[in-house]
Amino acid sequence: MNNYSFFFEVLIGGLLSGLMYSLVALGFVLIYKASGVFNFAQGAMVFLAVLSFVGFMELGLSFWAALPVTIAMMVLVGMATERFVLRPLVNENENTLLMATIGLSFVIEGAAQLAWGVDVRRIDLGIKDEPLRWPAENFGVFISALDLTAGVVAAVMVTLLAMLFSMTKAGRGLRAVADDPAAAMSIGIPLQQIWMLVWAAAGVVALVAGMLWGARSGVQFALVLLALKAMPVLIIGGFTSVPGVIVAGLIVGAFEKLAEVYLGPSIGGGIEGWAPYMLAVLFLLIRPEGLFGEKIIRRV
Amino acid sequence: MMDMTPFSTSTRGFAIGEPILELKDISLRFGGVNALTKISFDVREHEVRAIIGPNGAGKSSMLNVINGVYRPQEGSIIYKGQRLSGMTPPRAARMGIARTFQNIALFKGMTVLDNLMAGRYLHTNANFLEVALQMPRARREETRNREAVEEIIEFLEVQQIRKTPVARLPYGLQKRVELGRALAAEPKILLLDEPMAGMNIEEKQDMCRFILDVNDHYGTTVVLIEHDMGVVMDISDRVVVLDYGKKIGDGTPDEVRSNQDVINAYLGVAH
Repeated sequence: MNNYSFFFEVLIGGLLSGLMYSLVALGFVLIYKASGVFNFAQGAMVFLAVLSFVGFMELGLSFWAALPVTIAMMVLVGMATERFVLRPLVNENENTLLMATIGLSFVIEGAAQLAWGVDVRRIDLGIKDEPLRWPAENFGVFISALDLTAGVVAAVMVTLLAMLFSMTKAGRGLRAVADDPAAAMSIGIPLQQIWMLVWAAAGVVALVAGMLWGARSGVQFALVLLALKAMPVLIIGGFTSVPGVIVAGLIVGAFEKLAEVYLGPSIGGGIEGWAPYMLAVLFLLIRPEGLFGEKIIRRV
Repeated sequence: MMDMTPFSTSTRGFAIGEPILELKDISLRFGGVNALTKISFDVREHEVRAIIGPNGAGKSSMLNVINGVYRPQEGSIIYKGQRLSGMTPPRAARMGIARTFQNIALFKGMTVLDNLMAGRYLHTNANFLEVALQMPRARREETRNREAVEEIIEFLEVQQIRKTPVARLPYGLQKRVELGRALAAEPKILLLDEPMAGMNIEEKQDMCRFILDVNDHYGTTVVLIEHDMGVVMDISDRVVVLDYGKKIGDGTPDEVRSNQDVINAYLGVAH
């Protein structure tokens, strides 16, 4: 294998796994856009969603029956969150909301394990985490079929959500809601419906992310830690930007794989684990709002 | 500048009409605190109605009751002859009640233009497909919303700052933009919570002029709160005076000015 094809293999592998980070980060962006809060429970939602999906299949539902059932369940979880966690906290400080989502994450994690048990499950999407034959044979580049699928799915979801935000009435109201809930309501934006919609959408995104990650690394409690992987993506892309999440996911994915392969040998292996966070810290120093985030303006 | 004499009823664009909003025996409590006690008054169509009173008199609570932020324990609100129950702010907005806030509540990261466009929320009805495909209804709507916003920009004389993020603007201009956003909804009733608080004389005069112009030009009924008596007396048709959550005066500015209870509340009284 020559150097170029190896470089491209690493790059493409990185970009595609980056899109899987994007998918997780997307759930955060949805909720941040609508309520200005970092939803600590997003990782727990990923866990709950895919665990329930597998659970429903174990109960005898087919793949295509379990999917809508799980989606409906996540929509209900989203609605319940709006009703019992967010609504009583309207106009509270962002820190209060953040604490509430931390609490929510424990509740969701506990409920998921209570309902479905703590065993590691397997989820079979019918797509193997093996190299595709065509690029392998023609270019000597190995690309995982699962990675490619995840990339395509992530791209489609992001495109759909970006359109939804820019072209629907609810989407246009979102920014106003995040900026100042009281003011948003006073101009007729139905805050509660919008929050419900957004949490439901975040639940569906969590399910998709959970299915793809679960297929790769097993359906297990560790999925809640995906939230940490999303952090650098969010910081680099900007918390409020749907396209930013995609670009940042690609950057993070490519950066960590290339750093591991090309810098690893000289400064020690395992860079992959922390390189994205270093990049994020760099961004915080130079461009704290991220690549596509809203500029932070403070009047003194 | 401007002269501060109010428009007389005969020269204004819309003559004062029948009561459009009636509040009857409104009582509002927070725990054991009586914020409002059996308050009744009405607001006539096209008039400028002021609610004044010292700090803590319950003025903001009154406004918050009208647009559904608070639900009073007792009393009824009648709007256009219809008794309202289960009000929420979005519902009030849909019924044509717009407002501004005592502590400016603008969308800080957005430009002046975007804030005003946000005010057009209720005038946006095209669905996802219509917008995505740029169908005629979506395009017409967009054009109409732009025109309405441009008119307000001109009206409030904020052309130079249309692209400026509002967080960068000085206080007085932010208040003006907030008025603009409320106007963008084309409301029947405009609730203004201390529109002149924290302003210097010149800014206050500008604000007075805008309020009177809105009332005169669009016929918008205005309910405004102020704790400084001076300015309000000049621009209001009728004034309600609150003190410790109770109504102590109601009438024309002259009547209110000579009301002994009102004088006592403002100047204090020897016991």
